[in-house]
Amino acid sequence: MATLLPPQPLIEVKGLNHFYGPPPGGHLVLENVDLTLYQNEVVGLLGRSGSGKSTLLRSIAGLIHPRQGTVARIASEDCPDPSVAMVFQTFALFPWLTVLQNVELGLEAQKVPAAERRSRALAAIDLIGLDGFENAYPKELSGGMRQRVGLARALVVNPSLLLMDEPFSALDVLTAETLRTDLLDLWSEGRMPIKSILIVTHNIEEAVQMCDRILVFSSNPGRVVAEIKVDIPRPRDRLDPPFRALVDDIYARMTARPADAARPREGVFPGTGIAMVLPHVSTNTLAGLIEEVDGTPFNGRASMAELADSLNFEIDDLFPMAETLQLLRFAELRGAELLLTPAARRYAQADVDHRKAMFGEALLAHVPLAGHIRRILDERASHKAPARRFRDELEDHMSPDFASETLKTVTNWGRYAEVFTYHEDDDQFSLDDPQ
Amino acid sequence: MTTTRLPSFSRMLRLTRPNREDAIAFAILSGLAVLVFRAAEGAVAPLSSLNLEPVTLAPVHLPYYALRTVLRMFAALLASTVFTLVVATLAARSRHAGRLIVPALDILQSVPILGFLTFTVTFFMNLFPGNVLGVELASVFAIFTSQAWNMAFSFYQSLRSVPGDLEEVCQGFALSPVRRFLRLDLPFATPALVWNAMMSMSGGWFFVVASEAITVGNTTATLPGIGSYLAMAIQQQNFHAVGWAVGTMALVILAYDQLFFRPIVAWADRFRFEQTASADAPQSWFHDLLRRTRLLPVVLAPLATLGRVLLALEPRARRQRVVVDGASNPWLERLWQAGVWLGVIAALGWTGHYVLTSLTLQDMAQALGDAMITMVRVIVLIVLASLIWVPLGVMIGLRPRLAERVQPIAQFLAAFPANVLFPFAVIAIVRFGLAPDVWLSPLMILGTQWYILFNVIAGASAIPNDLREAAGMFGVRGWQWWRQVALPGIFPYYITGALTASGGSWNASIVAEVVTWGDHHLRAHGLGAYIADATTAGNYPQVALGIAVMSLFVLGFNRLVWRPLYAFGERRLRL
Repeated sequence: MATLLPPQPLIEVKGLNHFYGPPPGGHLVLENVDLTLYQNEVVGLLGRSGSGKSTLLRSIAGLIHPRQGTVARIASEDCPDPSVAMVFQTFALFPWLTVLQNVELGLEAQKVPAAERRSRALAAIDLIGLDGFENAYPKELSGGMRQRVGLARALVVNPSLLLMDEPFSALDVLTAETLRTDLLDLWSEGRMPIKSILIVTHNIEEAVQMCDRILVFSSNPGRVVAEIKVDIPRPRDRLDPPFRALVDDIYARMTARPADAARPREGVFPGTGIAMVLPHVSTNTLAGLIEEVDGTPFNGRASMAELADSLNFEIDDLFPMAETLQLLRFAELRGAELLLTPAARRYAQADVDHRKAMFGEALLAHVPLAGHIRRILDERASHKAPARRFRDELEDHMSPDFASETLKTVTNWGRYAEVFTYHEDDDQFSLDDPQ
Repeated sequence: MTTTRLPSFSRMLRLTRPNREDAIAFAILSGLAVLVFRAAEGAVAPLSSLNLEPVTLAPVHLPYYALRTVLRMFAALLASTVFTLVVATLAARSRHAGRLIVPALDILQSVPILGFLTFTVTFFMNLFPGNVLGVELASVFAIFTSQAWNMAFSFYQSLRSVPGDLEEVCQGFALSPVRRFLRLDLPFATPALVWNAMMSMSGGWFFVVASEAITVGNTTATLPGIGSYLAMAIQQQNFHAVGWAVGTMALVILAYDQLFFRPIVAWADRFRFEQTASADAPQSWFHDLLRRTRLLPVVLAPLATLGRVLLALEPRARRQRVVVDGASNPWLERLWQAGVWLGVIAALGWTGHYVLTSLTLQDMAQALGDAMITMVRVIVLIVLASLIWVPLGVMIGLRPRLAERVQPIAQFLAAFPANVLFPFAVIAIVRFGLAPDVWLSPLMILGTQWYILFNVIAGASAIPNDLREAAGMFGVRGWQWWRQVALPGIFPYYITGALTASGGSWNASIVAEVVTWGDHHLRAHGLGAYIADATTAGNYPQVALGIAVMSLFVLGFNRLVWRPLYAFGERRLRL
């Protein structure tokens, strides 16, 4: 704290662009990302799934090589050869190796002599609170214990930078909280051999609790849209007013529309026209969300943070739903608030058949792919069209995975609205009962 | 290095007092070792020894014959394993090699192995003139060809499905290729490899029987073994001897199952990729016994040392990670593709030339016509076997206690070489004056129908209980129950079984369409008989044509019938 030395950079990322799909072209996932990590800080990459933050993390880890841009490790006096190690969301433990063998893996690869390897691994296991489990196999451990093994395996190689890819999101709430607290204690007591931590998360509270600096990512393509310093003294209390205020502020920033007005209104999802990637959101969920916002506490206007709280959703789950409503003109995202349109409020009061009709109208008007399918079915005498052709059309614009999800989504919506139907057996769209 | 030796040395001191399990295990293992040496002696003797000590039907010699046969099978298994590790790894790691190897393996899986014998026996006998080893190798090679392709294919598929996050860990820690193979690829693929080796070993029996006593043109070689013992028993119409051979075979299969495969399956269970402990891990008494011994770990230590030495020799892991660049030199790429096409065209031209010069159009017509007949047989037999075994398999599979008992029996029957039972069919056909064209057919499926049975049993036991309860609650029974509950539930499993059974039946037609008992020769029309006759006559072009046509039919069957059905089952009916 007392030192006035300028912060020493550790990693420098410059002009990173990355695409999915074969060059040239492909789907842009990271757009012009610049980022400098300094020593002695915990940095959070906050964004929604698919925003490319894991891609950035893997670029820094050297696991993937971005199409354009550089990732440089900056050597300094107290860190002559910066190295990284990673903790995985899925733990990524070898089920046929014991806890000790899993932890020793990285050292073994570095050809550390057996005796030193053993003593360093045991020290890491001790540090991370796994004593007594040295000879256990991963399948004998609970999720929390497994992630501790993942952490020990990363720390034992003395990395300068610890990379964490949503490390707590596969754990239950209590276990995640315990692990976070333990990690923060080790960090603030300086007991870990690392200089910095870079953590990827989609949980805003987690980011505010753990990080000194938060980089907010927008999706499609992934870009850093905000950088937020967290000055709340540690240990941080979630119920503290400054903590809450910051969480709400970040909610607002994450919902903020992209600054450049040149983007079309549909731009919440990547791609335009029929090439728009549609998230898998069921019509029941959409109806439920409309009803919730229409209902008493909110009366047609809800802050995303409160809505997430009241529905017990992660922000990551809530955004695609809200944005789908926006796409269908059933709602508008204004700052951190979700506003229902008059149409949506009528929808909330309507009966099943009216709801379907309203949904169908919105679908054909505002989802270009749905309109496209319907038009082709109308044009054909048989009122039938193979799904293959739309899949191919989509795959010209996006990866096969996205194409299949998009088609699945539009099928689901079209079936609900009864604007067209789909037969799995012959893989065809059709107008089942032409009026 | 001393630091690494110390722990194992102190372990030695602690372990010097053998226990009771050591005594039992060593009795069994040393017995096996003596047997192996005894059998290996015979395998390198001069060829004249075969004539000095011809195969006799005295049951006293049977244990020795069985030993020779088993040794051949394990030699083939070892060769197949080495082949698998090398070739499949190459295919998975190198894009170029993969493009050649994978389709080749796929096709080789469909080639009738028995047809190979003609060529390989001649080849290997010329390789070691005047020594038994040549004939031995030909026999081992026949078994090898029945095992290697599908083992390699399964291993390749395992390597391609290694979990991405573990791959990233290896990449992140910059594990060298050797270490990555030993730490990730090999363990991950082991359970599938062991299972496949076990199934292949069962398949190998069929070919042992056919490959030990073989006549190609005017070359006859008879190796001491159960297969040739059986062949002689059939020739002399000796019922007792056939009985002895069948009994010995059953005992041998039981022995290696208990002493070799069960322990390995139990051991390989640790490599199964799952994060939760499974309730019913495979059990093996011999594995438990070996685990309780104290000296065995010390004896096996050299194996672990081998791995360590291998790793010690690897170059120091580079800190800078290798950038795998997707785009390689376009000119090299084009050159490679041109080379492949040239090879394909040359091979086609060469084969075409060979076939056209030595075969007439009439040969082709006959081979195709015979193939049609055999195809009808295979289809009818699969349908009949399905009609019998699907209902029975479902009944058994829905009763867990019964399934537990029947399943190993079905697997044993699948391992049992059905060709030893052929003579009984001949006697019956001759006695009742039946038409060989019809009544020889069931022999083709005698050995392979069990694949349908035990796959259906497995499928039926996997039908979730809640589905059965729901069906029961709504009173779903009769044909509706079969149509909507049982058949969809077992479909993917059934297809797996039927695919194996159909491929096996094609192959079996080579021995099933021409059958002999003493001086009774029965012959049915079909492609199998065509190949068998050509083999006996030493007519190589005809054998080659027969094999090619059969491969084409099996491949076409797989591509046009089984794969689409399998894909449909995977997509729609996977629970």
